[in-house]
Amino acid sequence: MNQPSVELREVVKRHGSTVAVDHLSFSVRRGEFFSILGPSGSGKTTTLRLIAGFEHPDGGDILIDGRSIVDAPPNLRPVNLVFQQYALFPHLTVFGNVAFGLEMRDVARAEIQSRVGAALDMVQLAGKGDRLPAQLSGGEQQRVALARALVNRPAVLLLDEPLGALDQQLRQEMQGELKAIQEQVGVTCICVTHHQEEALTMSDRVAVMDHGRLLQVGTPQDIYDAPASLYVAEFIGLSNRLDGRLASVEGPHCRIEVPGLPAIQAAAPAGVEPGGRVTIIVRPERLHLSQQAAQGGFGNVVPARVAKAVYNGHEMQYQLRIAENLLWTVRVPNADGGQKRFLPGEAVMARWNRDESVVLAR
Amino acid sequence: MTTDSTGSRTNVCHRAWVLVPALIWMGLFFFLPLLIVLLISFASRGTYGGVEWTFTLANYRDLADPLYLWIYLRSCALALATTGLCLCLGFPLAYYIAGEPARRQGIWLMLVLIPFWTNFLVRTYAWMDVLRTDGLLNTVSMGAGLTSDPIEILYTDAAVLIGLVYGYLPFMVLPLYAAIERMDRSLIEAARDLYAPGWAVFVRVIVPLAKPGIVAGCLLVFTPSLGAYITPDLLGGARSMMIGNFIQHEYLVVRDWPLGSAASFVLMAMVSAGVWAYQRAGGERLL
Repeated sequence: MNQPSVELREVVKRHGSTVAVDHLSFSVRRGEFFSILGPSGSGKTTTLRLIAGFEHPDGGDILIDGRSIVDAPPNLRPVNLVFQQYALFPHLTVFGNVAFGLEMRDVARAEIQSRVGAALDMVQLAGKGDRLPAQLSGGEQQRVALARALVNRPAVLLLDEPLGALDQQLRQEMQGELKAIQEQVGVTCICVTHHQEEALTMSDRVAVMDHGRLLQVGTPQDIYDAPASLYVAEFIGLSNRLDGRLASVEGPHCRIEVPGLPAIQAAAPAGVEPGGRVTIIVRPERLHLSQQAAQGGFGNVVPARVAKAVYNGHEMQYQLRIAENLLWTVRVPNADGGQKRFLPGEAVMARWNRDESVVLAR
Repeated sequence: MTTDSTGSRTNVCHRAWVLVPALIWMGLFFFLPLLIVLLISFASRGTYGGVEWTFTLANYRDLADPLYLWIYLRSCALALATTGLCLCLGFPLAYYIAGEPARRQGIWLMLVLIPFWTNFLVRTYAWMDVLRTDGLLNTVSMGAGLTSDPIEILYTDAAVLIGLVYGYLPFMVLPLYAAIERMDRSLIEAARDLYAPGWAVFVRVIVPLAKPGIVAGCLLVFTPSLGAYITPDLLGGARSMMIGNFIQHEYLVVRDWPLGSAASFVLMAMVSAGVWAYQRAGGERLL
């Protein structure tokens, strides 16, 4: 059980002169929902196609359940892919689509009947087996694509931007449903997406990719709260930056000097000597606003001016001018009605705990 | 017919006027002559050629003669063989072209169409030069030591078949190309992903999706092959007569217009049957 379900070892793939996947290594645990997150051109889709077998790596090895599969054609790999635009066979009914993989493996008629029936039940499409794909809504087509893959009981389910073609509301519904089905079946999932919310909410672990390289692998919380690099911090969620110089380290904490602002306290970064250049990242929802400096035991206080205030229903979103060329975003939930609202032009104090920021070498 | 049909009645009437020139043209120069031919097919032949206006079914009965039936059968067989060969040659070609980058697809399609830039009769004479006993084919194959004696191809059914396939191959390639080019390539990957080996991808996905193109191409090749005249006349000689040659023979040599007219209508009936079969096969895109 300790053997990884999928393992990539130093996989390289070139498209002409560009390196699409650059010495990529990671392993996915059995039953895990693993997302590969990155902008377009990051090599995430190529990675998925390499696992599915539609592309052959120029170097490295891909193992599924401990066996190398790089030389196997796609039809002999124990994986199934849910295509971005679903790629349902337009000339086959829903039943015909879902039964296709089983028919190709010469499963007995009666078993096909029962397994396809069960798969359609699972995705709530019972009774729609004789429809053609063109007669289904986008959400229903996506369910057929999922059933068509899962009915084969693959060792690994590959998802290529699975919810990308759906509108916002349906997307959120399907996120929950997809995750529930995955947990129910217990199948290992590798999901490629550029949609960070999708990756964070559905995944057990997330891999962030850019330019064919792996930047960080971790739980959604690791990725969000402890980004390994500035790129990851800025790619995932909104982040407020402050550039400075590490002044001193005292135990687990450090002091950072930022020109024009009071010294900032934060958790000490690893591998940075005093005097080194660092960037402090503070998430918008970790900031607190007040009119006076001395209020409560926050470690850091920075004076600012409100540039913009937007009422969002569930929260207030402020733009703060920290310095001439530095705008920060702050989110204040409208949890209790007594919360003081600030107006554009007002002077405020932005405060945060010294443990609620991330310091990265720059 | 989606938004127009909801328009006012006068609008529809106005629209119908644009049909008038075509209707007059077709009526005068197509339907009227066709009607005359139909009437002649029920008349009988005068003693010195010409037409005697009596109503008789004798011409159609005469066509049941084994000699004539044989001509129809041979024509059907040749047209079917032409269609089959064109499909076998055209499908891989169309599939290859559809997979090329857009810019090169245009070049390939132009190459397919280039023969049309020259008169069909001239091209058929060229084939005579290639196929004759002392022609290009025999000279080359004997020169290369592949054959010791010249092969008799010209004036055989094989020559007719070669000529027909040559002439109608583009009619097969173009609709096939259109159908395959429209196909979503990720469907092929989806089939591979769902454990389909190469042949199964072809049979279960590519062929069903290319079906409109296959049916249209077969119809476009079968119909003119069945009524072909120049090709069998020049490449087949007198021994391999097809329906087209038979009709020409009855009209101009024997001067039996009624029998020739009846033969024409039987040919039309056969083609109509082909179209009907096409529609049954689900090819609603063409008609």
